[in-house]
Amino acid sequence: MSYSKLATVSAIALAATGVASTAQAEDLTLCWAAWDPANALVELSKDFEAQSGHNMNFEFVPWPNFADRMLNELNSGGKLCDLLIGDSQWIGGGAENGHYVKLNDFFDNEGISMDDFAPATVYAYSTWPKGTPNYYALPAMGDANGWFYRKDWFGREDIQAAYKEATGQDLREPQSQKELLQIAQFFQEREIDGKTVYGAAIFTERGSEGITMGATGALYAWGFKYENEPGSYDMEGAVNSAEAVEALEFYKELYQTATPPGYTNSYMGESLDAFKSGQVAMAMNWFAFFPGLYADPATGGDKIDFFVNPPQNIAASTLGGQGISVVSYSDKQDAALEYIKWFAQPDVQAKWWELGGYSAHNSVLQDPGFVASQPFAGDFLEAMDGVQDFWQEPAYAELLLAMQKRVHDYVVADQGTAQEALDKLIEDWTEVFEDEGKL
Amino acid sequence: MSDRTIDRVASATPPPVARKIRGLSDRAIAWIFVAPTIFLLLAINIFPLIWTIRLSFTNYKANRIGREVKEIGFRNYERILTDSDIWLNMQATAHFLIWTIFFQVLIGFTLAWLINKKFKGNDLWTTIIVLPMMLSPAVVGNFWKFLYQPQIGLFNYIIAFFTGKEPSSFEMLGQVNLAPWSIVIVDTWMWTPFVMLICLAGLRSIPDYIYEAAEIDRASKLRQFFTITIPMVLPFLMLAVLFRGIENFKMFDLVVQLTGGGPGSTTELTSINLKREAFEKWRTGYASAYAIILFVTVFGLASIYVKALNKVKER
Repeated sequence: MSYSKLATVSAIALAATGVASTAQAEDLTLCWAAWDPANALVELSKDFEAQSGHNMNFEFVPWPNFADRMLNELNSGGKLCDLLIGDSQWIGGGAENGHYVKLNDFFDNEGISMDDFAPATVYAYSTWPKGTPNYYALPAMGDANGWFYRKDWFGREDIQAAYKEATGQDLREPQSQKELLQIAQFFQEREIDGKTVYGAAIFTERGSEGITMGATGALYAWGFKYENEPGSYDMEGAVNSAEAVEALEFYKELYQTATPPGYTNSYMGESLDAFKSGQVAMAMNWFAFFPGLYADPATGGDKIDFFVNPPQNIAASTLGGQGISVVSYSDKQDAALEYIKWFAQPDVQAKWWELGGYSAHNSVLQDPGFVASQPFAGDFLEAMDGVQDFWQEPAYAELLLAMQKRVHDYVVADQGTAQEALDKLIEDWTEVFEDEGKL
Repeated sequence: MSDRTIDRVASATPPPVARKIRGLSDRAIAWIFVAPTIFLLLAINIFPLIWTIRLSFTNYKANRIGREVKEIGFRNYERILTDSDIWLNMQATAHFLIWTIFFQVLIGFTLAWLINKKFKGNDLWTTIIVLPMMLSPAVVGNFWKFLYQPQIGLFNYIIAFFTGKEPSSFEMLGQVNLAPWSIVIVDTWMWTPFVMLICLAGLRSIPDYIYEAAEIDRASKLRQFFTITIPMVLPFLMLAVLFRGIENFKMFDLVVQLTGGGPGSTTELTSINLKREAFEKWRTGYASAYAIILFVTVFGLASIYVKALNKVKER
């Protein structure tokens, strides 16, 4: 072969290689909330970049603005996100409005089985209509609202004696919602090491979803139901049942008698701040934050322990967590699906849990060493067994904001009664479902 | 040479273009000049307004593109006007509007009157007083949030110092009876300087000879104040009230930063509620009707007010 022919062949080969690599390597953008697990996902995704040659970019939005920002993006058909880890309640809107790619065929072709994931997470994060085998997301991050407390304070003899004297009972992890209230009230404005501390940090935020996520922790534990029959939208007697009224009254009492001053508009960040600054004995928050809390040098380690949302009439927790979806407006859907295929692998899921993400994969959750792997792992499993979620309807935002208003009006603004709040909530929700043509 | 505008324009224009426009009338050339502005006005103001009116009679939701849009007549208007929660929002807005204007006029005029006196450091004090209105409302909202914090907030400690109460015994942003006043205080702090500046302009526009004549007539200072100062500053004051009224009717950023509309819905002004309906609940048709009602209210009130202002100016 002459030099000129060799040069030509080499040039063609080089060009072909270049074209091939250009076609394969994509710049993918994954959108999620800005919080601890997102950092873990960045770390995890480095493996995907190395294996696939794709470049991962991330768009993380703080929680209070996450829904606003992302839903606006989806509603406008934006191409910012190729992959979206969207909140569980968005699944209905994501599916019906055509924002998410339906993944059934992809799962079938790639051998990804939903049976490999915890049923509660598949139901909550992936399916629409609920419970049907129509998948719009892969369970990405299991989560629930749980509790943590100052183990060091609970273990002190003087505090235990004072609690025994005040209540006649032993100070322990709360076994019921009412015991939780009693403990929180015991700590309220108590002097510990020369500092005034308070009972519990709970969710009271008005603007996005805070107070609903907090109050449902009590409502579900009392046996609250959204409908008399699932799918019937028949809410009278369910939403405003005697148990629901009692639960809402309980949450208001917890807020009024056992939270720090000025705790009128507080959500995740405020709960973490209150606990880490040594202000409160107990706090509610999502399990997603527990690895960070345990690692905190001031209030973590031996000073902290965790418990699942205490039962009252039943054991139940408010569902958090998200599934990962491919955005239908993305021009890079093939690469995005490649990411999901990679993410669904058992070894990747194991590393995800190791880094601080909450895997929903059975291979991780059912591993014999899982419960002992973290001090909150057992509680997480227990919580995920009894999770309940808010409406996941396409009109979820209207339903959520109505509840935010009614519950905040009653709990924080002290207006009306719990019965009135729940009755008005049914009126609001009925109007929404009528507009939707479902009633 | 002709005095016609078209000829003057043509003489300053390159010959080929000049030849084309020389045949146009003054009226035509005037239209050519204002046409781009009118087009922009139509595109950015009038068309959206007409479109909003149209949407207000439908059940349209901007986040549900494929959903059938139905004409529902005056249903949205009926819903809004019979919704007791919206009337509570209106009340909260009225409370905010009336009290902020009252305090801003009272304090603003007093400050202007004091600043108008010649004293050492006059300019320095003017600069210091106008500082708050130069800040971003988001920044002001955030730092007042800290000032109002019951455990560490300076505001609570100052009140506690004078009243003997515990600083953490009251929550400016969290108590239903205090939250509406907390936003009034912050808006007054921020915008009183604006009213002061307008009043100051009014005070400085009063010629000295009027006061000198009053002195010769042996009018007391109090009489001079009520018969010269107030009537001559009144048009300026009314203008300040108009500006602040319109601004505060659509107040959003400051209050969102401070209270987010809470506790409950105590400080949920109409603009905050409107934003929730339009961009969080995505009830576009309903929110359009809501916006039209607010627009008509502001426009109607402002028109009446401007007529009154003109009458005062004519006096």
